[in-house]
Amino acid sequence: MRVLAALYSRDIWVLRKDIGQFLVRVVMQPLLFTFVFAYVFPKIGQGIGPSHHAVGAPSFSTILVPGLIAVAINFQGIQAVALPLVQEFSYSKEIEDRVLAPAPVWTVGLAKIFSGATQSMLAAGIVFPVVLLVHAKGEAPSVAIHNVPLFIFVLVFASLLGSAFGLLIGTTFEPRKVPLIFSVVLLPLTFLGCIYYPWSTLGPIPWLKWAVLINPLVYMSEGLRAALTPTLPHMPIWGFSCALVFGVLGLTLLSLRTFQRRVID
Amino acid sequence: MTAAAGTAPIRVRGLSKVYDGPHGPIVAVDGIDLEITSGEFFGLLGPNGAGKSTTIGMLTTRVRPTGGTAEVAGIDVTKNPAAVKQRIGVVPQTNTLDRALSVRDNLVFHGRYFGLSGRESRRRAGELLERFQLTDRADSQVLTLSGGMAQRLMFARALLHEPDVLILDEPTSGIDPQTRINLWEILQDLHAAGQTILLTTHYMEEADTLCQRIAIIDNGKLLALGSPAELKAGLDAESLVTVTFDLDADAIKSDVEAIAGVARVEIEGPVARVFTHDASGIVGQVATTGARHDLSLRDATVMPPTLEVVFLTLTGRAYRE
Repeated sequence: MRVLAALYSRDIWVLRKDIGQFLVRVVMQPLLFTFVFAYVFPKIGQGIGPSHHAVGAPSFSTILVPGLIAVAINFQGIQAVALPLVQEFSYSKEIEDRVLAPAPVWTVGLAKIFSGATQSMLAAGIVFPVVLLVHAKGEAPSVAIHNVPLFIFVLVFASLLGSAFGLLIGTTFEPRKVPLIFSVVLLPLTFLGCIYYPWSTLGPIPWLKWAVLINPLVYMSEGLRAALTPTLPHMPIWGFSCALVFGVLGLTLLSLRTFQRRVID
Repeated sequence: MTAAAGTAPIRVRGLSKVYDGPHGPIVAVDGIDLEITSGEFFGLLGPNGAGKSTTIGMLTTRVRPTGGTAEVAGIDVTKNPAAVKQRIGVVPQTNTLDRALSVRDNLVFHGRYFGLSGRESRRRAGELLERFQLTDRADSQVLTLSGGMAQRLMFARALLHEPDVLILDEPTSGIDPQTRINLWEILQDLHAAGQTILLTTHYMEEADTLCQRIAIIDNGKLLALGSPAELKAGLDAESLVTVTFDLDADAIKSDVEAIAGVARVEIEGPVARVFTHDASGIVGQVATTGARHDLSLRDATVMPPTLEVVFLTLTGRAYRE
């Protein structure tokens, strides 16, 4: 598997070269989001989320933190894998450069999943301080890594899930349709991913509560919620853990197959 | 790295590729047999759409055969593609250089994909950059390279891991004539050093100049196999005398066919294409025949046996460019 390691190190090398771009890309959305919702809104007295000055009620930013990290993981993972594929499958067939490496074709796909997951985890690392620090006085999120093994487990599997999903998107659709998929698929996933509200609070809208269970982002958010803010309601641990593990295995196998089919005639 | 003694670098038996088309099956490659010996410079010659790239695709494990077998260094391409890829160096038809990496890094990472250590990779990259005169562009982005330089870099990349066989798919397509000659020299030097080379091309002159043996292929079928000299001297090789009249020349066909030494005649409007084993005097005889039918000569050319004529004779039709 030294070919896998070499392919992976190429992706990391390229990431290092473009690290500035990566940082800007990762920071923008969470920064703006926390600025508006956790700083501006409280300051101007605009409320959101559960009655937010009630004693004991969590501040909105506490609810937001796991959600925003999940979004960063998901979004960066998909982008890191799907977008380069658009160019690599274009007329010049740059993917050939990697596919001619002396290893089975799926090795190339797997390396992409691993490097995409690495980017996701890096993104999480960057977003964490942003959402922790950007808030109005008194609105600090009460967040801590209460359960380190759980946190690491969720972080790793959520990152792999996002990247495998990215590989599936990148190899299922025509290169020129991929940017379209971003708006048609990613946007609903983000808004209905339990980012801004815990899943269990969807009780009043039962059809939505069950419908969003096909959204991988839900399990990422809930998992992070359990690890970072366990006092808040979250999906049971066995629930999101199973979903993450099976999701990763299933999507990885599926996306490697579609990758192989795309690449070999 | 050379193949085990006695193993042909490339052996192909009954190789076929059939695609499912919208109107039924499309036969891209139809039962090809080939064997290339160690150190040989072999050419696959044929027009666009002949099945050359598909054949190469199957040899480089990029296309799955639907029939027959293909072996590289004794390894079946369908059973162990990873091992096959280790032994071949490929210069593809399009520019597949890694655009995110510099010129040098393209070579260094390629070496690492192929199992070389970082240090060994860098050392060999430096050597090849020197050999292909790319050292002063070593740290440039590949997007800034001219067509000829990019092609040289692809040659360097293909050779970095010292493959048994160098496979090139239309390497000088779309390249200016001067660069083409430079690339030919590089290939001739490699051949002289013992490298086994398989090249596909639709340029007759390229196959004639470079290759020791040529397979002429069209419509997925192997039409002829031999050295350029053998092909040109063979029964299929004739001179082509093209005579253009002022009016439609259909009428003279049977008379021209009757001229001694004429093998075949094709008439297309005012143009008479005469295939003959002995061109001397033919022009005069055809002109006279034309005159008997009130046709005046407008133009006449004589083409000695070339691969082009061999090809035209084998396929019995005009060459598609």
